[in-house]
Amino acid sequence: MLIKLTGGTVYDPANGVNGQVRNLFIRDGRIVHSLSGATPDQEYDLRGKVVMAGAIDMHTHIGGGKVTIARNLLPEDHRADPEPRRGLMRAGCGHAAPSTLTTGYRYAEMGYTAGFEPAMLPTNARQAHMEMADVPLMDVGGYVMLGSDDFFLRLLSSGSDQQLINDYVAWTIRSTKAMGIKVVNPGGISAFKFNQRMLDLDEKHAYYGVTPRQILKSLARAVHELGVPHPLHVHGCNLGVPGNVETTLNTISGIEGLPMHLTHIQFHSYGVEGDRKFSSGAARIAEAINANKNITIDVGQILFGQTVTASGDSMLQHAHAGHAHPDKWVCMDIECDAGCGVVPFKYRDKNFVNALQWCIGLETFLLVEDPWRVFLTTDHPNGAPFTSYPHLIRLLMDKSFRNDMLSTINPEAAALSTLGSLDREYSLYEIAIMTRAGAARLLGLTDRGHLGAGAAADITVYTDQADKEKMFTRPAYVFKDGELVVRNGEVVKIVWGNLHTVRPEFDGGIEARLRDYFDRYHTMKLDNFIINDWEIEDDGRSKILVHPCHQGARS
Amino acid sequence: MTDNISAKVWDNVPSPFCGIASDDLKIEVSGSGVRVLANGDAVTIPGFEQPVTDTAPRIAGKQVSLDEAVQRAAAILKEARLPVFSGFGTDVNDTRAALALIDKVGGVFDQARAGSGVRNLLVLADSGWIATTLGELKNRVEVLLVFGSDIEAAFPRFFERFVWNKETLFGQDPAKREVIYLGRAPSGDAAVSPDGRRPQVIECAPQHLPELAAALSALARGASLQAETAGGVPVAVLEGVVDRLKRSGYSVVTWVAGQLDFPHADLTVQQVCQAVTVLNKETRAAVLPLGGQDGDRTASQVCAWLTGYPTRVSFARGFPEYDPYLNDTARLLKEGEADALVWVSSFSAAAPPAAEIPAVVIGRSGMRFDKEPEVFIPVGVPGIDHAGHTYRCDTVVAMPLYPLRDCGLTSAASVLAAIERSL
Repeated sequence: MLIKLTGGTVYDPANGVNGQVRNLFIRDGRIVHSLSGATPDQEYDLRGKVVMAGAIDMHTHIGGGKVTIARNLLPEDHRADPEPRRGLMRAGCGHAAPSTLTTGYRYAEMGYTAGFEPAMLPTNARQAHMEMADVPLMDVGGYVMLGSDDFFLRLLSSGSDQQLINDYVAWTIRSTKAMGIKVVNPGGISAFKFNQRMLDLDEKHAYYGVTPRQILKSLARAVHELGVPHPLHVHGCNLGVPGNVETTLNTISGIEGLPMHLTHIQFHSYGVEGDRKFSSGAARIAEAINANKNITIDVGQILFGQTVTASGDSMLQHAHAGHAHPDKWVCMDIECDAGCGVVPFKYRDKNFVNALQWCIGLETFLLVEDPWRVFLTTDHPNGAPFTSYPHLIRLLMDKSFRNDMLSTINPEAAALSTLGSLDREYSLYEIAIMTRAGAARLLGLTDRGHLGAGAAADITVYTDQADKEKMFTRPAYVFKDGELVVRNGEVVKIVWGNLHTVRPEFDGGIEARLRDYFDRYHTMKLDNFIINDWEIEDDGRSKILVHPCHQGARS
Repeated sequence: MTDNISAKVWDNVPSPFCGIASDDLKIEVSGSGVRVLANGDAVTIPGFEQPVTDTAPRIAGKQVSLDEAVQRAAAILKEARLPVFSGFGTDVNDTRAALALIDKVGGVFDQARAGSGVRNLLVLADSGWIATTLGELKNRVEVLLVFGSDIEAAFPRFFERFVWNKETLFGQDPAKREVIYLGRAPSGDAAVSPDGRRPQVIECAPQHLPELAAALSALARGASLQAETAGGVPVAVLEGVVDRLKRSGYSVVTWVAGQLDFPHADLTVQQVCQAVTVLNKETRAAVLPLGGQDGDRTASQVCAWLTGYPTRVSFARGFPEYDPYLNDTARLLKEGEADALVWVSSFSAAAPPAAEIPAVVIGRSGMRFDKEPEVFIPVGVPGIDHAGHTYRCDTVVAMPLYPLRDCGLTSAASVLAAIERSL
């Protein structure tokens, strides 16, 4: 199949293309330099249209146990947003924790072609993969959670050699078919099982005697030394706690230059100034990020309305459960491995704290200078459902719209925020970096997120409009691996995406040790824990794509 | 077909039947015969050893080709205005295929065991809970409180695998664990510790379980009760139970919802869960709802991620609608609302309810009927005949299932997909 995309205005930051009119060519699902004289089977006239690579959401809770707990927790939220069967699309439901099929349709309708589940528990990874396999039209992948699992904490507390820890980390990534490592409230999920209610960066875990700082350093080093492209993905200590800006700054300095990704940093950027003892730490955080090139962030912007927070951080979800709206919530301790907490939440624009959270997220976006190191997320669904991305993009691109919104929120919060004085407006080029090129680079996806020859033809075509929310809500065309899947914001073809993974090397000795450990303490055999290729590929939908690690190349 | 002479032995086989996904079974396969050689129990042995009888589909009792049976099933569904699908009884792929078909024909998804699952799900969606998993139980529990249930009757290996294990991660001697049965006595000795300590048993009449749960919840909150007894149990005894849980570093409260078989049992489950939530203000405690036999949690999980709702979902209006009362198969049959019954059960050979409407059974070979259904398509079992996946009761661990034999039985998933293609 040969396709020509003619005359679009192309934003392809990975290749330095900033709004130039270009023709693009697709041959059998890949972008090529030219069709070498062959006549295209299909040509699309894209004059006046904006062309970008398909968008990549590098942190979105789309699959796994806690998402399905959230689904079961909120039938009323689903009732309010039914998705009838229509055309090629099967029925489902949407809003905060949509059904998997609806998740795929709605992402694709906005021009997203990949999403990464950031909190895949090792013992629940199989479920995350099965759910993600039922998300159509999107490539997927997951970061597997370590840092509160007994085996790692035991290695760390007994002073194990870093090499052994690296072997375990690599084994876990391979066994769970992951793309990277996530750590959530380092050690804290485990500490909660021992009845600790907080665990600050330098506080010792009551049983293992190790601190979150040690955990972060050990895991960041493992990921780095294994050559896993995606740096350690960190949900830090003290999520949502006023004053946690100090913790976050200490986390940044404490990692001593190793690559680290701090996720949903908005929730970790709170000061204690003012009468309410709650203030924005965004300026200090942005300053630290601007100064530390080893750090990347995604924002975890909150947007007003009902949603549900689903997190691996059982400790702090339990601590915040009193704010649940509606008043119901679930926490779980899981397999001496991890945990989760699911708390529905309604962010209110007239509420001081929520309004300031909204400001803090936007301040962060606008104060971090390098768009290659900041990513557009709402930590779906924790800050807001992913369907609010076009609105968020407009807030970033349109200062007068942003200031109009600012004038409607809690006035006390608005007065405390510097947001109104920030003039920056993101350009289309910068949006393309944050949502495509940068995300692909951060994950080590060399053939996604750009439009150069050899890239997979995941392409989104927008109709340029002054109202960027409208523009990003309904693309004119979306191509997934070269197939037209969305036209004018409507799904016209169903395809199934790929699973992105890495396979770092490890010494086989670790497996003998783990086999004994599983036999003695776990409730399943090691061989039944490991996820096999057939489990992903045998039904003919997903393909496993393995990205290279560069072990030893970066030490 | 495999030859009947050479038997093959498989180790570490996961069980989809027992709800706790024991995966240490040793199984011998000889032709179509299956024998559990080691680590079987009263649930898994009949689950695995159920003989293969039928391999050919039937229409009205007469043997037909698979294609004819599929065509007839499709014709029934085309005519039906409200087909109800139940059983489930299935692994992940079988459930996926069924939901694709149900969506297409505008049917209802229900499960043979949904009634018990709903007792928990209603609590989850009304107030939530603090839950735990089998692995935490095994390594962490100090006091196990069993509410109104006889665990070993439904989960014969529960104590052996997760309570009286030999060692734990955190230095605790499992033999010192305490077990309290509240509301019902166990039927056997599984809860007796290795050193011979019997569990504390506090019995009450079954109709008093709600009262007992309410008293437990009130006491956990710190209320002082005026009554001297609750459900016939001295309040002082219940205070002792709550006190023991409060002194425990990690207690687990469990029940078998299928055994709490009385109206509005969800409200009793809710009281138990709220008692546990309150305990967590000071110490750690968690609930562990037992269940999940024959894949019922599996089908519910798949339904939740594909539709947004866990069970009893109707697609009659073109989108999923959850109603645990209206979408109950027994009610739909009794009220004459359903006009076709499709029974999908690849784990359990238990027969569907007799119905006056046309019935299509996509069921495990060996199923026996009081009333022959219009269409019967015998299928193989995920974990014996096909690869697949099953969830255990804590809904965290999904276990891979492996093909152990090939006796020519097709899978429910492929039958359901063929019916969908024929519509």
